[in-house]
Amino acid sequence: MLEIVTFGILAAVTLVSAILVITRRNAVHSVIWLIVTLFGVAGIYLLQHAEFLFAVQIILYVGGIMVLFLFVVMLVNIDVSLKQARFARQWQVALGTAILLGAQLAYALYNHGRGLNLQERPMLAAPAGNTQAVGMALYQNYMLPVEIASILLLVAMVGAVLMAKRKLE
Amino acid sequence: MIPADYYIFLGSGLFTIGVVGVLTRRNVLIILMSIELILNAVNINLVALSQYFRSVDGQVFAIFVITDAAAEAAVGLGLIIAFFRNKETVNADEIDLLKW
Repeated sequence: MLEIVTFGILAAVTLVSAILVITRRNAVHSVIWLIVTLFGVAGIYLLQHAEFLFAVQIILYVGGIMVLFLFVVMLVNIDVSLKQARFARQWQVALGTAILLGAQLAYALYNHGRGLNLQERPMLAAPAGNTQAVGMALYQNYMLPVEIASILLLVAMVGAVLMAKRKLE
Repeated sequence: MIPADYYIFLGSGLFTIGVVGVLTRRNVLIILMSIELILNAVNINLVALSQYFRSVDGQVFAIFVITDAAAEAAVGLGLIIAFFRNKETVNADEIDLLKW
């Protein structure tokens, strides 16, 4: 019972702040609400006993990526965009398409459910030592993907520095 | 315990909100933030199904998704800064140099 209540609060916080992210006029407010959304998602991870991902979400997403976003929002001009239209011209068509997509997802998940067939096995509490298990998987079974991801991060870092540089000479 | 379906419903709701943001907003920064929302929806599904199947592989993939999100944010924000320096705008419908 307590878990359901906790899940409901976290899901409500996540969804409401996600809606606020895409409707605020000021981009700084959007970043702040996105941080609230990310905290909600982190709480969802904790509820599922994924403690390592919880820590990664807060340290890397909230602490790293969102600070980067905030810097760039401050760098580009906020004052001009405050007076401009928030939504693109095609917003009615786009909203209709997205609502249709959401309805399809909800229908497929709720009405059929057989495609997923998740009802039979109730979830058990995960065993202790989630971080250890993730670490074992990362450095034993997934060693090559970890190396590829590190190269991806290196390339992204060099690319970001190169593009944000003032002049190429 | 909460059934995994609830998490998947939450993930699809977050995904839909992210798609609405990508399609309707003009500010490129907010479009990038909506992509972050979509990636988080994917992560919720991955973690829920990883717990459901009692395997840690889904969480490992969620870590890779977070890595990709970091790379995408760095490169995307670098592009936005480079573009803003040249054209003084961050609106998606004014970025039309390749259109004629």
